[in-house]
Amino acid sequence: MFDLQGYGELVLKGFGLTVAVALLSLAISTLLGMIGAVAKLSKSRVARTIAGVYTTIIRGVPDLVLMLLIFFGGQMLVNDIGDWMGWEYIDISPFIAGTLTIGFIFGAYMTETFRGAILAVPRGEIEAGHAYGMTGPQTFFRITLPAMVRHALPSFGNNWLVLAKTTALVSVIGLHDMVYNAGAAGFTVKKPFTFYLLAAGLFLVITATSDIALRWTNKRYSSGVRKA
Amino acid sequence: MDLSIVIENLPLYLQGLWLTVQLVVMALFFGMLLAIPIALLRTSKNPLVYGIPWAYIYFFRGTPLLVQLFMIYHGLGQFEVVQKSFLWPFLKEAYWCALLAFALNTAAYTAEILRGAIEQTAFGEVEAARACGMSRALMFRRIILPSAFRRALPAYGNEVIFMLHGSAIASVVTLVDLLGAGRIVNSRHFAPYESYLTAGLFYLGLTFLIVWGFKMWERRWHAHLRPRET
Repeated sequence: MFDLQGYGELVLKGFGLTVAVALLSLAISTLLGMIGAVAKLSKSRVARTIAGVYTTIIRGVPDLVLMLLIFFGGQMLVNDIGDWMGWEYIDISPFIAGTLTIGFIFGAYMTETFRGAILAVPRGEIEAGHAYGMTGPQTFFRITLPAMVRHALPSFGNNWLVLAKTTALVSVIGLHDMVYNAGAAGFTVKKPFTFYLLAAGLFLVITATSDIALRWTNKRYSSGVRKA
Repeated sequence: MDLSIVIENLPLYLQGLWLTVQLVVMALFFGMLLAIPIALLRTSKNPLVYGIPWAYIYFFRGTPLLVQLFMIYHGLGQFEVVQKSFLWPFLKEAYWCALLAFALNTAAYTAEILRGAIEQTAFGEVEAARACGMSRALMFRRIILPSAFRRALPAYGNEVIFMLHGSAIASVVTLVDLLGAGRIVNSRHFAPYESYLTAGLFYLGLTFLIVWGFKMWERRWHAHLRPRET
C-alpha cells in the first residue's frame, strides 16, 4: 500500500507550494489584522464601522464561498475594468486569488486577536510613552507593539494552524498544491487513499513543527513574566 | 447585478439550504455521540487508554477537513475489503461519505472541548460525590458531565459555526448543498456575484441564527452566573 511508484516527488512539490501560500497569506492577514485592530480601537466612527462590518461578514461566511467569489468575481471585475481602461486581457491566477482570499479571511480573525492583545497592554505603559514626549506612532511601535506580542501569541498561533489547513481549499480553484497533486498522483496509480494519507501526514508535519516553534517563541516573549 | 437570476433559482437555493442543514445537524448529532466516550477515555491517566483517543483527536484536528473527505470519498474504494463489504452501497454515495467525514471531524473537536471542560471540574465537587458514595459511572453522569457541558457551551457554539462553514466543501464532492446551488447557478448564468453572494447571505443568516440560539441556550444554562436583577 505504501509504494508511491515515483509520485512522491510530485506531492513534495505541492508541499512547497502549500507552505508558500500559507506563509504569504499569513503575512497578508497579519498586516490586515494590524490595520483592522487599530481601526477598531480608533476614535473615528467610520473606521470602527468598516472594521466591524469586515470582521462580522468574513467570520459569518464559509471560506470556500469567499474564495470562489473572489476567484470568479474578481476575474469579472478585472475584465470589466480592463475593458473600460482598454487594457489587454488580465488573467487572475489561482495563486493570487487563493493567497489574497486566505489572507483576507484570516485578517478578520487576526483583527480580533490583535485588538484583544492591544487592550491587554497596561494603560500606564502607553501613558509613560506619551510622557516621554513620543508621538502616537512612536509609542505604538516602541511600546505597544512589543508589549502586545506576548498576549497575541496563543491566539495568533491558533489562527496560523487553522490558516495552514485552510490552504487545502486552493486545490478547488485549480492551484497545484499538495492536495491537488496528491489527488492527481493517487488517481494515476489508483491509490487515492495512500496519497491523501501522505498529504494528511505532511499537514501533521506542519502542525507539529509550528507547535514547537510557537511554544519556543511564547517562552521567549514571556521571559519577563513571573509564574507561580 | 441581476436579481432575477437569484429569484428564478430560489427553489434550488432552498433545496441546497435543506441539504446543508441536514448534513450539519446529523454530523453534529453523531459527532456528539462519538465525542463523549472519546473525551472520557482521553481524560484517563493510563497511557494505554488515552493513547488512541489522543491520536484520533490529533489526526482529525491537525489535517484539513477537505483531505479527510477525499480520503473517505475517493480513497476508500482503493481497498477491496471495503468494496466487497455490506457498507459499500453507502460508502460509494457522496452523501454518506460527507456525513461520515463531518461527523468524525466534529467528534474530534468536540471531544477536545469536552476534555478541557471535564478537566476543569472543581475538585471539591468530585470529592463531594465520592463522599456521598457515588460510583464512578454515577459521578460522571450526575456531577462531572452536567457541569462540563455547561462550561463547554461557548466553545461548542463556535464549533457548530465551524461545522456549518466546513460543510460548504460538500459541494466539492458533487453534492448540491447551499454552495453547490451557488456553483450550479454560476455555471448556468456565469454570474459569480449573484450566485455566490446569495449563497454567502444564506450562510450568514444561518450563522447569526446559531449565534442567537447559543445565546438563548447560555442564558438558560448559565442562568446562575448572570448578575442578579435588582
